[in-house]
Amino acid sequence: MTTTRLKLNLGPQHPSTHGVLRLLLELEGEKIISCEPDIGYLHRGMEKMAEKMTYIQYLPLVDRIDYLAGFFYSELLCRIVEQALCIELPDKVRAIRVMLLEMNRISSHLLWIGAFLMDLGAVSPFFYAFREREMILRYFEKLTGQRMMYNYFVFGGVRKDIDYLEDVEYIVSYLPQKLDEYEKIITENPIFLRRTEGKGILEPDTAYSFAITGANLRASGIDDDYRKSDYLYKGFDFKPIVLDNKDSWARYKARVLEIRESLNIISQALDYLKKADKLEQRLINPINLKLPQGDYSAEIEAPRGLACCFVRSDGQEKPYRLKWRTGSYYSVNLLRELLKGEYLNDAIAIAGSLDIILPEVDK
Amino acid sequence: MNYLYFLYVEFLSKYNIPKLFGDITFYVIPFCIIAAALLVVVLILVLAERKLLGYFTQRKGPNRVGLWGILQTLADAFKLLCKENITPQKADRILFNIAPILAFVPMFAALGIIPYSSEFTFVNTKTNVILYLILAAFPVLSIFIAGWGSNNKYSLFGAMRSIAQVLSYELPITFVILSVVTLASSMNLTEITLAQFSTGGVLGWFVFPCILGFVIMFISILAELNRCPFDLPEAESELICGYNTEYSGMRFAIFYLSEYAMMFANAMFISVLFLGGYLSPFGKYFFDSSFLIYFEQAFWLFLKAGILIFIMIWIRATLPRLASFDLLKFSWAFLLPLSIVNLFISVFYKLLMEGGLWH
Repeated sequence: MTTTRLKLNLGPQHPSTHGVLRLLLELEGEKIISCEPDIGYLHRGMEKMAEKMTYIQYLPLVDRIDYLAGFFYSELLCRIVEQALCIELPDKVRAIRVMLLEMNRISSHLLWIGAFLMDLGAVSPFFYAFREREMILRYFEKLTGQRMMYNYFVFGGVRKDIDYLEDVEYIVSYLPQKLDEYEKIITENPIFLRRTEGKGILEPDTAYSFAITGANLRASGIDDDYRKSDYLYKGFDFKPIVLDNKDSWARYKARVLEIRESLNIISQALDYLKKADKLEQRLINPINLKLPQGDYSAEIEAPRGLACCFVRSDGQEKPYRLKWRTGSYYSVNLLRELLKGEYLNDAIAIAGSLDIILPEVDK
Repeated sequence: MNYLYFLYVEFLSKYNIPKLFGDITFYVIPFCIIAAALLVVVLILVLAERKLLGYFTQRKGPNRVGLWGILQTLADAFKLLCKENITPQKADRILFNIAPILAFVPMFAALGIIPYSSEFTFVNTKTNVILYLILAAFPVLSIFIAGWGSNNKYSLFGAMRSIAQVLSYELPITFVILSVVTLASSMNLTEITLAQFSTGGVLGWFVFPCILGFVIMFISILAELNRCPFDLPEAESELICGYNTEYSGMRFAIFYLSEYAMMFANAMFISVLFLGGYLSPFGKYFFDSSFLIYFEQAFWLFLKAGILIFIMIWIRATLPRLASFDLLKFSWAFLLPLSIVNLFISVFYKLLMEGGLWH
């Protein structure tokens, strides 16, 4: 009797590839021999489009690079322009931006928790996470008029002054108790522990060689959080979450702890904003905005790892070349390494734990 | 059954219809009754599951079609009826078409074995329990045929997982049933029910001497039904519903319905084995007339089954899926030894009760 290896096409329309990722798997029984990620099904030409648009025309588009964390990408583009024109942000703008960014991080992590547990076969946490995420989105909608594509940060400041702070206050007081509930139903669940502890171990060396950043890296025991050296977060007191377990469980736990830490940052920003005066900012006239000739780059700690934007300007209204670096692009590549030798059933859990989101990968 | 049989023949003789006709039709009628009742029960169960899951997850569940969404399942069934039955080009046509039927028929027959009330067992043989065991394990065959015939890799995975699962959970079930058979000294489900009768009501139930067996049985039945947390064969986030990936329209509906019907049948089976079947938990019935008692008995059985189904839905809302190796290990290394221990306990209990130890 001869046996052959089974080739399985996981995706691009598979419920647990979180979008349109295609994994070409070679299986022996249910054991994965090799995994070949295939991306590009959601490619929208975000980088090429930038070359045909002025900066202000491009600004509303960047929210769509990662539809779960839109604020981070518009922050990056704003940062490029502000950097090129040497504009220093007022403290209040910084506080507003930090608060919104951290709230966005929480909403992104909450969705991830729901989706990850869905991959593991638990139905309820998905709805619980969405319930909490909904509160944050409602606030964003009140403030910016949009639930996901905010277009709220503009070059040199924010579109309008912050408002509805009592909503934020409620979220900050409400979320910790709900997180305690999650920990009860998920973190201490023996089946969950069996499926995540010791599974998908990411060694620090591998993480470095695959350029992994963000919570995935910090769950492997490396203390590397860009927020610590970010000028936006200057004056905020927080500590990066670093766990030594290296497995799927650590990646889950790191995100839950990160939500708590973000709440801490939000409450600091909130305290400042409640006392702050009316917003005074020096906005840049975006009409005929030209960046001086040269290369500009900016980084930020996005929910899925370090996000960078690189712009080469030749002194025109439009960038000569614009490049995005996003965290999940590298996590997808990591699947090649992590899924090798795993069983299909565990592989889904491991892929889920990396928090891959496809629009961010394909751009 | 005899009592009803006489009623029926008497009724026919009034209109001068030959007895032979009655003899033949008498065995057809029950299946018509089951078919009608089953559809109603399944429709209610599907709605109940969706409603309960909704409430567990802070939603309202279906609430648009009819009052409280009562007609939602009907609407869904109607939609599925109208849909095209697609047979994949490279599928094995015969196996692909025969699989849904094979899923439905044994479950149908299994329902005929359950004693609904003291006079209401459609098929009452001496070894009902064994017959039930065979019929309950039958759907695996249909799952395997469906998975193999679909010519889809996900379906094949689902089918293989299903077989591994049922093979390993069938053994603990058999040992647990053996202990119940020991306690009741019978393999007939009606006699097993009657053996649990006591004036104390609840106290006579077999769940007390073998609570261990009850728990093992419940877990194993969850695995046999492919329900959460043992839903590996149809894991929607891994295998995209496994064996029924390729099914559409009415064939899919039949799979879906048979799953719920099997859930109902198995819940009733556990109730009969451990929770006194149709016996009242208070030791005596509320109604005196012999006719109303039948309905009360059926009510108790359905209530017990309903509570078990509620727990199954509750578990589904709470737990994630097991890992595939844990699943097999849990059965062979944990449930099987425990079920043998349970068998010893019940044999010991039986001897103790009958004073056999001192003879």
